[in-house]
Amino acid sequence: MKIINIQTNKNYMNSFFWAISDTLVLIKRSLTHIFKNLDQLLSIIISPVMFMLLFRYVFGGAIETGGVSYVNYLVAGILVQTAAFGATTTSLSVANDLKKGIVERLKTLPIVSSGVLMGHVVADLVRNILSAIVMIGIAYLVGFSPNASVSEWFQIAGILLIFTFAFSWLSAIIGLVAKSVEATQWIGFVIVFPLTFASSAFVPTSGMPDGLRFFAENQPVTHVIEAIRSLMIGTPIGNHGVLAVIWCVGFTLIAIPFVAYLFRRVHRK
Amino acid sequence: MKNDVVISIKNLKKSFRKVEVLTELNLEVARGKMLALLGPNGAGKTTTIRILSTLLKPDSGTVVVNGFDVSKNANDVRASIGLTGQYAAVDDYLTGRENLIMMGRLYHLSRVDSKTRAQELLKEFDLLEAGDRRASTYSGGMRRRLDLALSLIATPPILFLDEPTTGLDPRSRLTIWGIIKKLLKSGTTILLTTQYLEEADKLADQVAVLDRGKIIALGTSDELKAMVGRERLEFTIEKENDFHKTLQILGNVSKDVNKDEKRISIETDGTVSDLKQFFDKMSEAGIEVETFSLHKPTLDDVFLKLTGRPVEEKQASGK
Repeated sequence: MKIINIQTNKNYMNSFFWAISDTLVLIKRSLTHIFKNLDQLLSIIISPVMFMLLFRYVFGGAIETGGVSYVNYLVAGILVQTAAFGATTTSLSVANDLKKGIVERLKTLPIVSSGVLMGHVVADLVRNILSAIVMIGIAYLVGFSPNASVSEWFQIAGILLIFTFAFSWLSAIIGLVAKSVEATQWIGFVIVFPLTFASSAFVPTSGMPDGLRFFAENQPVTHVIEAIRSLMIGTPIGNHGVLAVIWCVGFTLIAIPFVAYLFRRVHRK
Repeated sequence: MKNDVVISIKNLKKSFRKVEVLTELNLEVARGKMLALLGPNGAGKTTTIRILSTLLKPDSGTVVVNGFDVSKNANDVRASIGLTGQYAAVDDYLTGRENLIMMGRLYHLSRVDSKTRAQELLKEFDLLEAGDRRASTYSGGMRRRLDLALSLIATPPILFLDEPTTGLDPRSRLTIWGIIKKLLKSGTTILLTTQYLEEADKLADQVAVLDRGKIIALGTSDELKAMVGRERLEFTIEKENDFHKTLQILGNVSKDVNKDEKRISIETDGTVSDLKQFFDKMSEAGIEVETFSLHKPTLDDVFLKLTGRPVEEKQASGK
């Protein structure tokens, strides 16, 4: 008896179309979460405001930034730090979907089920765009005076987006390998805290002890911060811009296939 | 493969690390029929369902669903099945309706069809009123109903139900049973796992008893019941005299007697008339029955009968 396999005879354009369609459905799902989850919505607004005001007024007076006013120095750092923290929402969402059995359910459908991860990553992007807008608004209120041109603002937005994108994929990896939803939290902190604080986000690296300074000056988050700061207020850019782009794009290119591999193997937590 | 067999498992083996969960499983389900896989926790029920629904790969053996091999044509299998797991995998942030529409879109129904179908299912599953509320506000029974509805959005010909009523209150259980019966009438082939003998008995054409990764009994629910016995009426009579009188009245009726606790248990078909007959006889003789209770045979009875040992909790990890 010959079994005619209808499903696999369909042409590739068709399955490509459905892969896009399925992913869009799952992106829509994650975007809906932003506005239905009060915690997420509040954290978009409150955390950047808190950081901005605390650093501007509590630490600002004590930190020497060499000619640049502290608030001008700070904005780039806080933007990047907020983006990094915001991106960890992906690990939480992924771990939750695994725990609730939603990933398993999607895996029993005839679709590209890893689209669920893309959904969370895109939601991270949207959340971060919103919180960046809020933050820059607050920054202006507390004395921020950038000198970026329109084209420089577009470059800033571009770098921030590829950085968030890269960080969200890192976050997806954490969500997939963490043993529990709670575990994603501390794994996130262990990675995000050193990367954002041991950088030029809040203080110039020149005052740090040698070993730490070497790390802080050469790690990717500093490149991203310095590139944005330079575009914003005209500090020297050096090779920060190029390195920032290489890091973000390079990491994303490596992370996506790895995430796909992990996703195929992962089971309900 | 016979044409009317739509689920076929041959010599299926599956181990996790060193623990053998399925030792040698063989099973067939005919189109439009329902088979209940009955077994205690850890017998391998969930593992079987996970392999059938392509979530796990078999170590060896052949598993064919709707004519497609689960290892070679996973996507075709997925297009033929619906799965309702033990855990009600619904999106808490979305409403019941949004959950259904999303699932419809993922099954590639059009936007309009997804909405129509969602409305139909909400109505059918008694969720219309709660349809536009977030799933996080649903009760356990409502979540299970929504979960079941989600797996039916594209009317799959084959349905896997993994302990669909475990942990539910009796009323919700009856509602789910009603839905399952309707599905059977409409021609869906169903494989259901359960720990409840009553559930298997009420719903299934065939019952397979699973123990330590092997089928140890297979037959119609009547055959299984004939083996285990019927319901039992258990009662106690405190007064020494009455106790002996009762034994005399019962005569050679098959009964279990516990003299120390003044307890007697007899078979009954559980009908009101049968029970009334018994109690009438007692009151005519002026005998006072202190306490009584009705016992339905349970999975424990089946196990005791089949294996000579009671159900062991957690035979192996079902993950």
